[in-house]
This record gives sequence, C-alpha cells and structure tokens, in this order.
Amino acid sequence: MTVALALEQLLNGLQLGVMLFLMAAGLTLIFGVMGLINLAHGSLYMVGAFACAATAAWTGSFWIGLVASLIAAAAAGAIVELVVIRRLYDRDHLDQVLATFALILMFSEGMRWLFGSFPLYLDIPPLLQGAVPLPGGTEYPVYRLAIIAAGALVAFGLYLLISGTRLGMRIRAGESDREMIGALGVDIRTLYTVVFALGAALAGFAGAMVGAIQSVQVGMGEPVLILAFVVIVIGGIGSIKGALLGALLVGVTDTMGRFLLPKLMALFVPPAQAGMIGGAAASMLIYIVMAVILAVKPRGLFPAAHA
Amino acid sequence: MLSRENLVNLVLAATLLAVPLAANALGQPFYVTLATRIAILALAATGLNLALGLGGLVSFGHAAFFGIGGYAAGILATHGFSGDPLIFGLPGTNQMWVIWIVAVVVAGLVGLAIGAISLRTSGVYFIMITLAFAQMVYYFAVSWPAYGGEDGLSILVRNQFPGVMTMRPLSFFLICYVILLIGIGLFALIRASRFGSALQAARQNEVRVATVGIEPYRIRLTGFVISAMMTGLAGALFADLNRFVSPSMLSWHMSGELIVLIILGGTGRLFGPLAGAALYVAFEYALGGLTERWQFFLGLILLVVVLFARGGLLGLLAGKARHG
Amino acid sequence: MVEPVLQISNLVKNFGALRATDGVTLDLRPGEIHALIGPNGAGKSTLIHQICGTLRQDSGSIRFAGEDVGALSVAGRARLGLGRTFQVSSLAPEFSALRNVMLAVQAREGSSFRFFKPVMRDKGLIDTAMAMLERVGLTARARIPAAELSHGERRQLEIAMALALQSRAFLLDEPMAGMGPEGSKSLTRFLDTLRKEAPILLVEHDMDAVFALADRISVLVYGRIIATGTVEEIRRDPAVRTAYLGDHA
Repeated sequence: MTVALALEQLLNGLQLGVMLFLMAAGLTLIFGVMGLINLAHGSLYMVGAFACAATAAWTGSFWIGLVASLIAAAAAGAIVELVVIRRLYDRDHLDQVLATFALILMFSEGMRWLFGSFPLYLDIPPLLQGAVPLPGGTEYPVYRLAIIAAGALVAFGLYLLISGTRLGMRIRAGESDREMIGALGVDIRTLYTVVFALGAALAGFAGAMVGAIQSVQVGMGEPVLILAFVVIVIGGIGSIKGALLGALLVGVTDTMGRFLLPKLMALFVPPAQAGMIGGAAASMLIYIVMAVILAVKPRGLFPAAHA
Repeated sequence: MLSRENLVNLVLAATLLAVPLAANALGQPFYVTLATRIAILALAATGLNLALGLGGLVSFGHAAFFGIGGYAAGILATHGFSGDPLIFGLPGTNQMWVIWIVAVVVAGLVGLAIGAISLRTSGVYFIMITLAFAQMVYYFAVSWPAYGGEDGLSILVRNQFPGVMTMRPLSFFLICYVILLIGIGLFALIRASRFGSALQAARQNEVRVATVGIEPYRIRLTGFVISAMMTGLAGALFADLNRFVSPSMLSWHMSGELIVLIILGGTGRLFGPLAGAALYVAFEYALGGLTERWQFFLGLILLVVVLFARGGLLGLLAGKARHG
Repeated sequence: MVEPVLQISNLVKNFGALRATDGVTLDLRPGEIHALIGPNGAGKSTLIHQICGTLRQDSGSIRFAGEDVGALSVAGRARLGLGRTFQVSSLAPEFSALRNVMLAVQAREGSSFRFFKPVMRDKGLIDTAMAMLERVGLTARARIPAAELSHGERRQLEIAMALALQSRAFLLDEPMAGMGPEGSKSLTRFLDTLRKEAPILLVEHDMDAVFALADRISVLVYGRIIATGTVEEIRRDPAVRTAYLGDHA
C-alpha cells in the first residue's frame, strides 16, 4: 500500500462526500424549512442525470446538458411541490413517507417509459478529460477534481445565499419560526416552492455530475438518497453545516473503509477471507459510525433548534 | 353480536380460504400461489402493524427482519441439504418448525439491537435510522459471498412439515393461512392487553405514559422486537414459497411495500394488513397483466389513497376505527 | 420535625446566560398544601420540569420520598409516587376516561408487561379505575374518549389518574386555569379533601384559591424564592408586595 494510492482514495472519498453534500443540503433544507421528509429526492437526482445525458447526446455538449439538468430538476421539483408536496406539510411523517414513496414509483416507472430500460452514458467534457499527476507517481482524473471543486463552490454559494440574501433571510426565518415569516408578510407558499425547487436543482446537479462517471439509469438515485439520509442524521436534521461535515465524514469513511479494511483483515486471516470479511465490514462501516454517533448524540452532531 | 368491522374481517378471512380451495379444485394452482403470497405478506405487515399501527413507530426498515427470516430458511435449508455443519458443529435442517424458531429468534435479536439504538430517537430520525440499518443488513447480504451474495440463494426442495405434503401448493397455503390467523389473533390479544394499552398510549401521548410511571422506551422496544419477530417468521415462509431468497427481500423497496400494505388496508386495524395485501397483490396481478408499467399506476393509486382516503380499504368498508 | 416528602436544595438551572432557577430551596411536608406563586416568567415551569424529571438540574439536589431522585427518569419519579397534573391537560386522547385511569392503575401495579389478558375483561383493573373516576365525579363519563371531554373534565381525569397512582405527593400545575368561577370553587373544595391523601405542591395563579387552600406559600421571582411562609406572613411581606402582589404604595 503506497501513500499515493491512499491519497487517491482520499480524493475519491472527498468527491463522494461532495456529491452527498449536494443531496443532503437539499434534503435538510426542505426538512428544516417545511418540516417535510422527501424520499423522492433521489428521483430528482435521477431526473438531473437523465436530462443531462439526453440533452448532451442531442446537442453534443455536456455543458448544455448540465444547464438542462438544473432546469429539468428544478422544474420537476416545482411541479411536484405544487401538485403534491404542498398538501403534505400539515400531515404526519408517515403520510409524507408514503406519498413521496409513491412519487418514487411514478418517477422510476415514468423514466423507464421515456428512456427505456437501458442505461444512458454521458461523456466527460473534453475540457475536463485527462489526469493530473499526484505526488508519489500516480495520476488523478481532472473530472473528479472538478466535481470536488464544483461541490465546494456550491457549498460556498449556499453559505452566501443563506447568510447574505433576502431569500436566505426568509429561509432562516422559516427554520426558526414558521409563524414569524407569515407575520413578516412573506408569501410562504411561494417561498416553499422556491426552496423545494432549489433543493431539487442541487440534487439534479449532483446527478448530472455523477452521470459522467457512472451509468445513467433508473434507480440510480436511491442508494445516494439513503447515504444522504445517513449524512443528515449524523449531521443533525435541518443543519446545513451538519450536512457538509456529515457528507465529508460519510464519503471519506466509506471510501477509505473499502480501501483499508480488507488490507487490515489481511494481517489476521488468509487473503481470500480477508477480502470477503473486510469487504462486508466496509459495506457496514458508515452505518456503524452512524449508530455510534447516535448512541452519544441522538439528535446528530449539530442539532437544529426544532426538528 | 357482530360489528360491521368484524363482519368485513370474517368475509376477508373466508374469501382468502375459499379462493385457493376453489382454484385448487378447478386445477388452477397459480391462484393458490397468489393467495399464499397474500397470506405471507399480510403476516409480515401484521408484524409491522404492531410497531406502526399500535406503537406509532414508523419503521422504514422492516425488510431487514423479513429478509433475515428468509435467509434463516435459505441458509438452514442449504446446510440441511449439503450436510455441512452450520455453526458450532450444528447441522442445517429441512424442518420448517425448526426454521421458524430460528427465524423468529434471530429476527428478534436483530430487532433488539436495531430498536435499542433507533428508539433513542423519534419522528423523522427514527424513520431514517431504521431505513439506514436495514440498508446495512442489505449491503452485508450483497457483499457476503458465502450465501450467494447479490445473486441470492435457492432452496432446492421446499422444507418439510410433519404430516403435510409441503410441495403441494394448497398444503403450503394452508400452513401459511393458519399461521396468518394465529398472527392476527396474537395481534388482537396484544392490542387488548395491558402491554397493548401502554404501547398505544405511548403513541398517543408519550409524556402521559411516563407520568404514570411506565418507561415508554421499554414498552416501545418490546413492541418493536415482537413486531420484528412476526415479520421474520413471514420472511421464512416467503423464502419457502419462492424457494429462493435474495437481497431484494432486504431492500428498502420491500420496507416501503410493507408500510404500503398497512396503509392500503387501514392503519392500526386488525385485518388492515390482510385487506392491504389482498388489494396490493390484486393490483400487481391485474395491472401487471394490463401494462408493464403497473408500478407507475400503483404509485398513482397510493398517492390518491394517502392524499384523499386516509382510512384505507377497511376505512371505506367498515367505517371509522373505534377504541374501547 | 417530620421529614419532608419532597426536599429541593440549592437547585440551579441555566439556559445559556439565563439563570432560570437560581438556588431554589423548597420543601413539601406531610399533610400540607404548599403553594408556589410568582409572576409569569419567574421560572415556575422550569422548576416543575426539574422536579418531574423532564429537565435535568445543573446543580443542587431533589430528594423525594427519602431518595435522591435528581438522576431518575420521569417514569422513575412517578413510580416513587410523584403524581402530577399538567397546565394543559395531557391524556391519551383516543382512550376513554376509564382506559386512561386503567393505564395508571396498571402502572401502579407494575404490570404493563402482560400480553394476553384483555384489559376490558379485567374486572379488578376496571373496578379500581371506576372507583377513582367516582371520587372525582366522572362515573357517568367513563366511556367517553378523553379528547371529547370538556376542559374541566380533563382536569378531573388527570387527578383521578394521580389518585390511581396512590401518589405520595401531588404536583398540580395551575389546576384552576380556565375553570370558571363555579369550577374553581368546587375544585378548591376537592383539593381541600385531597390533602388528606397526600401533600400537594400547588402551582397556581388564582390567588383566591391559593389563599383559601395553602398552609404555606413560596414566592418565586426571577428564579429565586424571595419568601416562604404562611398566608399571613406572605400577605405582610414587603418584598412580596413590591415584587409580585402589585402593591406599589
């Protein structure tokens, strides 16, 4: 095991963490402001990926595809909010879970209807192809570095948006006191639609970015969604800061666990078994981390005021 | 004296028995299998209903227990078939009753571990954490190659039950039907008991329960474990029905489906899970025959039920639920 | 001197920079009604939460029935015999009045882990619960869901549940609130008989009721007890008059 290999894995972990942050930020924002648990968030991720892949295939440009993914996911989010989600704000979590579960079924089957059952592929744009050398002699793909950078930019942009703009002020008001924003004369219904569409656009953006390194297919959003749940549970539901730290923690722990645990096991048992035990243990690692954190802090690392 | 709900329940139970009997007489074993599927799913959902309907614990991870029951059946049967010892030199088995006990005990133990941590939280945290733990079990099954990993595990010959030809669809159906009725009976007893009172009160008002001196945590954990055990037993039967078990039994889709069954039938209702399972399997069969895209329409129907018809099927047929 | 049933010593609770409970010392002696009064925001609710166990104190001690209960859960303190009612009634809303009381009876018996015997065929349980309902005058309303009871009836039901626990002390949080003059009068008479059962720590705004019932009164202002004494002593206390009774003369 070389340092270069470990560094590469660490970067992979960061890249996963950044993608998880884009998902988790939307989920936690929607929960923080509207008190809604949205299982269909993974579907918006999928919508973004499909929109990007289809548009890129049609126009030949990844960048136009990326813009299309933002528009498509935000539009899908806004429509879903207007038609279904806004009926759920006053309902209990069970109703929210079921209705958004129903939306997943409809989104997944609908996508299969539109695009067929075969995966789509999305090429990395020429600008971001190639690799850069890492210290230690290996190389690392530029595109993955670009994902990390894009995620960091979005995180910074979100920070500016929430701490420095009128919309951000309203979001913060909505998080701390729902009655107050009504009293401030803010049109809550519009605010909710905007926040939901914003969360959807973040998810769609993540889907499009990841679409170029994985295949674009129905069901791709669900594993990410569940990891994003783990992230916000660890970080504290409703907290953007918690989502960022939780995402990086989960991304790095998962990736490094898969890399290191089989090697660690090999010190104790024969190689064939080490791979098996180490692999199985690694697949459970982040859940164990989650359980330990919750055993100490049941409301996550950065509990939000309500929730 | 028969209330309207009891009448509906009786009709449901009688229909579930009559249809496979008739189908068998008419030489249509497919419908017997369909009915068996309904009975097993209803049992799994009755288990979940203990936690969700009585205790208000929205577990989005009951597929873990369903799948664990399934793997208990698959693994024991595999070792029983090959003769390789399973663990500590103990052999596998093809005896259903042994498998059931193992499935119930293991599902209960895993339920204890998951519940002990998850029940420290509540609300939306609880939903996400139970989901995450079930996913952990799922990924473990996928990445552990000894019992088929992602491909799953076949049970070559359906397991045995003394005095019954389990390979005959109707015989296996009857086993499942009797266990379902026992499960529903158990649910009814628990619901009416002192424990059931405490569990339902903890759903309605946790502070009140604590204020009379009952620890809500212990009540809920006990309810959660019993719930896991019943769903685990259903999983063992499901594996024997399909003679196959795979990680899909552990998937979060399965957890969602179990909740859907309860809601379609009517939350907290004694026969809600059976009504829901019957409706669900009927949808699946009828819509699946019409269109490949039946899940889209299932989603649509579910959405309409959640938004506009909260009582589910039993709410429609038998009116509002009543408490004594 | 008889040992107090409830002894609170030097209790402190901070919320950030705010000291909500500031060295409170208070006791409740057998047979008495001890009223706790104070203006809004004085920290009465915070104090009640600490006594019941929903909040943990930062320092100081709470002894109840001869035990240090400072680290016990809400349910643990209830099992020792701390019966309470809430400012806003807290009941199992779907259950009938009877089943609410039956819950308290089964809790008292420590028998909540029985799984098979239906409660509605459990004559012992029902009879005990009905006796409690009769004492508070709710017999006729036994089968009505708690959610459908009137405000006053919910109050009575909470007291019936506290009775069913065979409490060693009652903690009543503003029982007169929202009762109307007639209701207040009959509740005052009832509480006067309740003190024979167990001592009462009465948190109350209704001064008529307090002056009619209390053996001793403690006045809480800004998290501190500024005076404790008999009705007469409190009436005469200059600090209380300025701080609370609104007498600026």
